Amino acid sequence: MNAIFTLPEASTQAVRVDGILAVLVIVSALTLALVFGLIVTFAIRYRRGSDAKRGPLPEIVNREFEVGWTAATFFLFAFLFWWAASADVGALTAPARALEVHVLAKQWMWKTQHANGAREIDELHVPIGRPVRLVMTSQDVIHSFFVPAFRIKQDVVPGRNTETWFQATKLGVFPLFCAEYCGTNHSAMRGRITVMREDEYARWLSAQPEGDDLAHVGAKLFVSEGCSGCHAASSGVHAPKLEGLYGRTVQLSDGRQVRADDAYIRDSMLQPKRDIVAGFEPIMPSFAGLLDDGEIQSLTAYIRSLGQEQGHD
Amino acid sequence: MTEATSLLREPWERLERQRQAGKFGIWVFLASETLFFGALMLTYAVCRVEHPDAFAAAGRETNIWFGTINTAILLTSSLTMAVASQAAAENGRSRRLILVCLGATAALGLAFMIVKGFEYKEDIEKHLLPGAGFALRQPAAQLFYGLYWLVTGVHAIHLTIGIVLVVRLVLLGAARQIRLRGSPELEVTALYWHLVDVIWIFLYPLIYLPGRAS
Amino acid sequence: MTDAALADELPFPPRADYLRAGSTLLSWLATTDHKRIAILYALTITVFFFMGGAAITAVRVELFVPNGWFLSSDTYNRLFSFHGIIMVWFFLVPSIPNTFGNFLLPLMIGAPDVAFPRLNLFSWYLTLVGGIFAVYTLVAGGVDTGWTFYTPFSTMFSNTHVLTAAAAVFVVGFASIATGVNFIATTHMLRAPGMTWFRLPMFVWSIYATSIVMVLATPVLAISLMLVIAERWLGLPIFDPARGGDPILFQHLFWFYSHPAVYIMVLPAMGVVSEIIPCFARRRLFGYDFMVYAIVAIAGIGFFVWGHHMFVSGQSPYASLIFSFLSFVIAVPSAIKVFNWTASLYRGQISFNSPMLYALGFVGLFTTGGLSGLFLASIPIDVHVTDTYFVVAHFHYIMVGGSVSAFFGALHFWWPKITGKMYPESWAQFAAITMYFGFNMTFLPQFVAGYLGMPRRYHTYPAEFQVYNVMSSAGAAVLAAAYLLPLMYLTWSLFHGLRASGNPWGATGLEWTTTSPPPPHNFDIQPLVDRPPYQYHAEGQSAGTDSPEVQNARSLR
Repeated sequence: MNAIFTLPEASTQAVRVDGILAVLVIVSALTLALVFGLIVTFAIRYRRGSDAKRGPLPEIVNREFEVGWTAATFFLFAFLFWWAASADVGALTAPARALEVHVLAKQWMWKTQHANGAREIDELHVPIGRPVRLVMTSQDVIHSFFVPAFRIKQDVVPGRNTETWFQATKLGVFPLFCAEYCGTNHSAMRGRITVMREDEYARWLSAQPEGDDLAHVGAKLFVSEGCSGCHAASSGVHAPKLEGLYGRTVQLSDGRQVRADDAYIRDSMLQPKRDIVAGFEPIMPSFAGLLDDGEIQSLTAYIRSLGQEQGHD
Repeated sequence: MTEATSLLREPWERLERQRQAGKFGIWVFLASETLFFGALMLTYAVCRVEHPDAFAAAGRETNIWFGTINTAILLTSSLTMAVASQAAAENGRSRRLILVCLGATAALGLAFMIVKGFEYKEDIEKHLLPGAGFALRQPAAQLFYGLYWLVTGVHAIHLTIGIVLVVRLVLLGAARQIRLRGSPELEVTALYWHLVDVIWIFLYPLIYLPGRAS
Repeated sequence: MTDAALADELPFPPRADYLRAGSTLLSWLATTDHKRIAILYALTITVFFFMGGAAITAVRVELFVPNGWFLSSDTYNRLFSFHGIIMVWFFLVPSIPNTFGNFLLPLMIGAPDVAFPRLNLFSWYLTLVGGIFAVYTLVAGGVDTGWTFYTPFSTMFSNTHVLTAAAAVFVVGFASIATGVNFIATTHMLRAPGMTWFRLPMFVWSIYATSIVMVLATPVLAISLMLVIAERWLGLPIFDPARGGDPILFQHLFWFYSHPAVYIMVLPAMGVVSEIIPCFARRRLFGYDFMVYAIVAIAGIGFFVWGHHMFVSGQSPYASLIFSFLSFVIAVPSAIKVFNWTASLYRGQISFNSPMLYALGFVGLFTTGGLSGLFLASIPIDVHVTDTYFVVAHFHYIMVGGSVSAFFGALHFWWPKITGKMYPESWAQFAAITMYFGFNMTFLPQFVAGYLGMPRRYHTYPAEFQVYNVMSSAGAAVLAAAYLLPLMYLTWSLFHGLRASGNPWGATGLEWTTTSPPPPHNFDIQPLVDRPPYQYHAEGQSAGTDSPEVQNARSLR
């Protein structure tokens, strides 16, 4: 994690960026010192009524002088452009041997998938010292994949792929932020990049379940969307238990009985005030607009996995 | 002298200068309108470069007859407007000529809108409104039609404003509430009308000719 | 001796100035006097300034703690969006052009009014209509897209009042265009005899350049918002990726306006500073010609750098390089202006009245903000700091440290001319200094927080950024106090201030040759111009070399 005053230089790009930063800070400091210094000096020396020398302006201060400092400024800025641009051009494309990782951004989580199918949510494990190429797209709005420690950022756009790459140079865990405003939980759309040694990474990778595991995804959503806040056993809120719910007959507060199938679970999330379970208050918030179909599927799979009764008839 | 001074307005001291300023002002405004429609056309251009086939297929669904008739109507209205404006600028032209030409301009403008109305009706019947049930299967064809409805709608709004301005001149001029000869307002209205026409000249090939030009 | 001074000596009865020529509400709401319209605008933008300020006060209070304490994320998002929309379009864009530009442009060129006085009033009513849409948006629950309305969030995902917010900006954009047309025509067609282009005061040049930018850039904003409205309200697909639309196209259209927009916000401020510094240094402006070229260059090049807001958007890297280069190029004329303002102090006779304090504050803060722009123009650095608080700090240094300081400088410099009253100078100096320090306290920590990785538009943030947020919020409290002070003492001066003479600062410029406040038609006798501006001393000399009467040319009547 970041310390309060410094940011780790954890990638090859970070070193380059910090180098440019240092030069620009020095140029800026000198310029500011010059401008502030002159203003303060003139303000004191030439304050009204002071006995500093005035009168004819020095001959050096003429049209050539003005053209001169304009040209000097231009050449300095042109040099700064060229120097920064060459660092950019050098880092444009990932090296050929880069590890490819696919990133899917959606409100409000990051889904990453390694080449062998291993998937992570809000996490990315990578090996140190190897270039990693991120191929990214969004499922909904524009997000932005931002890892300050690596000095990388790339907008993630729906309808197309965008790419960026990095090569981690330090072991550790580094924060990932979404850097393009994307709605309610934009500031919660964070993650962690874990940089491991090559051999540890290989071991980790082989231990990952391959392919889809909806219930697993659903379990994470159950926490990240706040469901566990009320429905977990430890919650202080009086909310229906979900263990063994799937397939069971549920008694509603208006006297009806319904079976807890997929449709019922979906309606409970999107229109919670419609069918209130007997003995409970209608306080569940609606998740309409907050959960898309994929997430509802995953959550349903998770609830199913919590134990189910056999369907009747 | 009274008629001339009745046209004179603050802060001007001479009518000629006021007229020049009016012309200058409307040209500056036309520059902003160029950027306005230019941005729309740029949007169209970018979408078309990204989806040439869908745009060609969509372009073939437009009714080129309505489009061409409307072009003829609008160009003629610019002619009548030019005659009106020229007559107002010259000495010795009859006031009636100006009024008739202005009236014809407004009438032609209205004719354009009526033809457009029929065209829109046909477009709706052919399910060319983007959304569910759209007539063509390529998704980007909806993009073409999204831009079509928008651009022609914005043009129609501009044309309506022009018609209102022209009708106002006709009514006030016929009732002798304002003097049409030498009127700065007439010049400004004429230039605005010509802009609306020029915009249409650009829109016509963009809307009616894709997919047809080979 | 000026004609106005002579006229004062003749035995005619005093005539009503523009403030007293008609005191009914209708005489104000149906006025075509550019000076009254300027006052109407001043009142309007003041209300919006405090509305936008209230929104961000709530935001900064919330940011004292990392995980929020009294706002929901949705409310937070609506508050910063409202702040941006109001401050950009309902305060900054109209601020100097529509108040001081309106009031001073005809006066400075020796004209009785602007070219199209009724269009001028219409502009104000358009601003009001736009403002009504904006207030409705707020009252109805707000909008949460940020001031940038990025698609597809704004068109397909936001559950807030995007349509009315976009409509508000669309309408007020046309007020901008109308103003621009008016000012361009005025500058071309109403200059007094002898007022050639290179005798124009810098403020007129700055308003003229700003007006050209307004006229050419604002229509593109109108289109980009119209496309958002069309997609959201009428379902017409434009940016929807599923139907072939390109969300990044919106960004190109939006920034094509919004980059020149920042020059709309800063060029008039630069013009103001160029009026104030020569007056209080009793010196001609150094390098007038280059200052004019610089303004024109900034306005022109400003149209070709918009892509520097989009380095990480997925834009072509080659386009990014061109935009980066041009962004460095546009820094050159800005730097020239800073050098010339500094050089204008050399061998001057400098006094530190509050307008001068604001102007010098501008130079310092604008230089800092401009230098941070160099960081942002460098692509590798921008990739790291874009969408973080570094950018937030950068643009606030320019727009608040720069434009708002200049606005207050203008307010104090021309207050005697506009109202006929003097304000209490020590209060004003205190406010200026407090503003400067409050500003730096608020925004300097944000550069650091941004570089360390704190993203912008974040309701909650990691704990290690808290120290910077607390500093920033504390500074904001000081800044808020500094903004409230002028509201109080300037209002006080309207009732109890000393009566101002025609030229209390001894400044050059045609506006100072007429009475304070001016008569409705500005000048009793048409001015004739026979000299360049800023004739504070003889050619080739510096300040203090002329006779005492010239040095101390404050009219006492």
